[in-house]
Amino acid sequence: MTENSISSDLLVVGGGIAGITAAVEAAETGLTVTLVEKNSFIGGKVAQFNQYFPKLCPPSCGLEINIRRLRTNPAIKLLTLAEVTKVEKQNGKEKAEVKLNPRYVNELCTSCGECVKVCPEERPNDFNYGMDKTKAIYIPDENSYPARYVIDMNSCKGTSCNKCVEVCQYNAIDLDDKEKSITIEAGAIIWATGWEPYDASKLEILGFGEFPDVVTNVMMERLAAPNGPTKGEILRPSTKEKINSVAFVQCAGSRDEDHLEYCSSICCLSSLKQAKYIREQYPDAEIHFHYIDIRSNGILEEFYNSVKEDDKLHFHRGKVAKVIKDSSSDKLVVEAEDSLTGNLMQNKVEMVVLATGMESTAKKLPIDKSLVDEMGFLKSNNDELIGCGVSTKPKEVAAVVQEATGSVLKAINTIRGN
Amino acid sequence: MSVETKVGVYLCSGCEIGEAVNIDELGKIASEESKVPVCKNNSWLCSEAGVEEIKNDIKNENLNRVVIGACSHRFLADVFNFDSDVLVERVNLRENVVWTHKPNDEDTQMLASDYLRMGIAKARNSETPKPQPIDANETILVVGGGVSGLTSAIAATKAGNSVVLTEKEDKLGGWLNKFHKVNLGNSPFTEIESTGIEELISEVESNEKIKVYTSCLIEKISGAPGDFTVMLKINNEVQSEPFKVGAIVQATGWKEYDPNNLGELGYGKFDNVITGIQLEEFFKSGKSNSAINGKPVESFTFIQCAGSRNEKHLPYCSSVCCSVSLKQAMYVREKYPDALIYIIYKDMRTPAQRELFYKKVQEEDNIFFTKGEVTSISGDGNGRVILDVDDTLLGEKIQLTSDVVVLATGMVPTTLVGDIESNGEDSEPAEKATLDDGKKEAESAEAGAKILNLTYRQGTDLPTLMYGFPDSHYICFPYETRRTGIYAAGCVRSPMDITATKNDSYGASFKAVQLLHAIKNGVAVHPRARDASEIDIFIQRCTQCKRCTEECPFGSLDEDDKGTPLPNPTRCRRCGICLGSCPERIITFKDYSIQSVSTMIKAVEVPDEFEEKPRILAIMCENDAYPSLDLVGRYRMQFDPSIRVIPVRCLGSVNVVWIADALSRGFDGILMIGCKHGDDYQCHFIKGSELAEKRMENVQDKLKQLVLEPERVQIHTLAIDEYAKLPGIFNDFVEEIIEMGYNPYKGM
Repeated sequence: MTENSISSDLLVVGGGIAGITAAVEAAETGLTVTLVEKNSFIGGKVAQFNQYFPKLCPPSCGLEINIRRLRTNPAIKLLTLAEVTKVEKQNGKEKAEVKLNPRYVNELCTSCGECVKVCPEERPNDFNYGMDKTKAIYIPDENSYPARYVIDMNSCKGTSCNKCVEVCQYNAIDLDDKEKSITIEAGAIIWATGWEPYDASKLEILGFGEFPDVVTNVMMERLAAPNGPTKGEILRPSTKEKINSVAFVQCAGSRDEDHLEYCSSICCLSSLKQAKYIREQYPDAEIHFHYIDIRSNGILEEFYNSVKEDDKLHFHRGKVAKVIKDSSSDKLVVEAEDSLTGNLMQNKVEMVVLATGMESTAKKLPIDKSLVDEMGFLKSNNDELIGCGVSTKPKEVAAVVQEATGSVLKAINTIRGN
Repeated sequence: MSVETKVGVYLCSGCEIGEAVNIDELGKIASEESKVPVCKNNSWLCSEAGVEEIKNDIKNENLNRVVIGACSHRFLADVFNFDSDVLVERVNLRENVVWTHKPNDEDTQMLASDYLRMGIAKARNSETPKPQPIDANETILVVGGGVSGLTSAIAATKAGNSVVLTEKEDKLGGWLNKFHKVNLGNSPFTEIESTGIEELISEVESNEKIKVYTSCLIEKISGAPGDFTVMLKINNEVQSEPFKVGAIVQATGWKEYDPNNLGELGYGKFDNVITGIQLEEFFKSGKSNSAINGKPVESFTFIQCAGSRNEKHLPYCSSVCCSVSLKQAMYVREKYPDALIYIIYKDMRTPAQRELFYKKVQEEDNIFFTKGEVTSISGDGNGRVILDVDDTLLGEKIQLTSDVVVLATGMVPTTLVGDIESNGEDSEPAEKATLDDGKKEAESAEAGAKILNLTYRQGTDLPTLMYGFPDSHYICFPYETRRTGIYAAGCVRSPMDITATKNDSYGASFKAVQLLHAIKNGVAVHPRARDASEIDIFIQRCTQCKRCTEECPFGSLDEDDKGTPLPNPTRCRRCGICLGSCPERIITFKDYSIQSVSTMIKAVEVPDEFEEKPRILAIMCENDAYPSLDLVGRYRMQFDPSIRVIPVRCLGSVNVVWIADALSRGFDGILMIGCKHGDDYQCHFIKGSELAEKRMENVQDKLKQLVLEPERVQIHTLAIDEYAKLPGIFNDFVEEIIEMGYNPYKGM
């Protein structure tokens, strides 16, 4: 094999919780694995979550164990900033072409952080959904793996600045780093490509993009996270002040013909969890919860019950009609029908959280379109393709891990040539 | 130690280390004080040249221990990885010393020196464990022949394994035998299709690698992963020939919540009130049903959450009932096109793409959805029933007259013992008994669901969580049940639909296959995957106190008649909780032992009290608290330099003798920092941090006997993301200790 090609038993596409699980489980069963991830770090969406429901425990706890499994297992080759551009079957093997985007920082990086101190340029921090900034040379968060910096060339001034190159004692920075491509040959592919939050700017009536105090659920995770833009203190975005009232808008763009027709399964629980984040910090804040059905399936019902006990949490059944600016204050007005009382209500709140859904990224994959269902998810009930995690269906982390684990057995079956 | 240790020490001065501490002074600690034969400095140890130098020394100087004084072991593990014979010990000078303490300060230098001494001591008192491969039987026992068991069996054969499948009924298929049709929630989402159970059964029956036993119960399972001995009971007869399997998938599914408890909804009072399962049977086989047959059927009412989401019955939601009733409404729609169909629900729960099926049903004529609760049910005297419903949407009470009422009853795991209400309480004493006394534990084992009939000292079945579902790390690591090699799949683990059940069955079978691979390679499974260390008990000194056999969260130790522990290496997860439990200190791993930690504690140079430099030992969980401390370093938060940190496999592996050692060494206080315990436990070994807390009470009693303040030893729980709290915890404790005064036993 030349430098431009890698061969392994298994290729896992996507380094979120599904892909990491599939990769480490496979490697611990004796398979060689190539794991490709499009971001500069692994962990995917869960790395950006503050806590999991129902235990209210940090995802970095499980990620720590999983990353330990990954970094100490020589059977796993990890490629970050890597995108699969083409896949074909040749002689019963899968052959994937992979584009490797430049990181501009090589493996000599010790993550000492001297480069950041001298970097004069800034960029919007996508890890925090643009709510703060990082330097042009950055590490998404201090837990990131690989623990290596990366440069955003949209902000970096390149060799004309060169400050980071000069300060780095380890020859780790190469501003001329180029895009490369490699071929990966594997006996089977597991697609674990996950999801993106539904684009809230399409929800004009809900004020996203117009009012800074309207945020999405994924942004709320960052606001509550200790390593987030506000170090975990949930503050009103427009004033950076404490919060007295919040409204959650469930099914924001979900169960809706004009947006996502399906239910994303997890948003009810995720908002209930976020209500707990707020309550923890603000014992007196009023929380309004606008929903159609509360979907806390299975034993997660217990979590819903524990949140319901809070008398400052007001449940309103009915869809939100619109979010507008209050004419006499700096608050927002959430206009909704309460179908339980029949009243049209207007709640004045300081902050609105839109529970936006999960949109699969499967449509963008270089695979036969017949393998993608009408809702944009991978069809996993066939022999043509092995998918797992949210790429096949919206689901919570536990179900993602179950499917990812099982997908390895399907891959073993394919590799064995059955 | 069998082979003489030869230690090489390599100190890195990069990443600010060299600018903050005197590396030459550190070198003297290694070479002069600790008499290490090879000690070198490098300004860039992780560079190719730096690593090459270590490799050469290993070869030329026959080093078998390498102590790296550089960054945390959580970084560059692949770079500082040498021959398997060479034990690598990482001394965390970067995150734990220079990034968190004042540069070029006497106290910082003392801190670095102590960590180096501790690292050298540990390296000298540890050995690299060698994997002990064990032959594993590759047959997988699948218990339960419903959709989950059948799928698990097929999945296992796809990995090349043989399967023995047992089913308690006289035929395979489980609940799906009773079901008319299914909606799988797959594209195009709105289809109602055949259950496919006959095909699945024949796929299993025609598979040469699967041996099926019906009318079969498990009489007894003894042994351990890789080598279980199974005795079956078929047609009520205990079989004479036991057989071997390597791993077990428990796919014993669910029982219907007993509708006889639902008198308030008319079940048992009115013939017209039936369950969803009875309706399936009616449609499937045309099985006569007095509620429906021979009567004009003009209206059907489905009552959702019949006994579910209800504190008096099942507090949880069974996940699938909404979708099932929607499907059944479509059966009714087809057979009785003019019937009015009412669906009374609390919340309509059709997650993911199932929403599209819900939408389709909503668009049907004469299907009415009412969000509300049935408050009473009575007969109208003409063979119909009258339902009073609080319609929460209209805010009024409505009355419906119905020919047939269908109760959407929930699922109860087959692992539930007793009724659901008392279960939470039942399982509590069982857990406490593990800690308190062995007798109660044995009683609770008696009360187990008796499905697997394990001969384990800790009971016959998988320990359960609330509601009777098997205990597991159900978010991140859902296959981590508390019995290694036994994996729950399908609705026994939690209520789920057929698609999720099939996914879960593949997952469970895969974990069984993976476990057998690990056994054959002589290594542990998750969470210490690929760990080759094994417990060694110096049995001659055992006093049969039974603590180890009682406290192991994984039931890995059995006992002989006298109470002497009988280890089962393939059940063991290497957490070291037994090591922590043993008052005789006779349990050891090659690379983690009473001695390896004690020598680290004793390696610390404790200044006498006139120097006014307190010393605090912080024993931290390596899975969460210690990584958290690395983050403190990465964020350059500063804390008191009196702290000496020792990471441990689990707080539950902390032996009380270490605390005694620290106090006699002159440490002024001891902090133990581990994971959250209780219902929402975060401990990766489930019970470790809870046991540590429990043992702490004994420690504090001992302190009182020694006329020491009990507050000198404290335990904290810390989640991995609570790193910002750590400096405060450290600094406050140091202050508290200073106020308390120095350890009076210092220097004695």
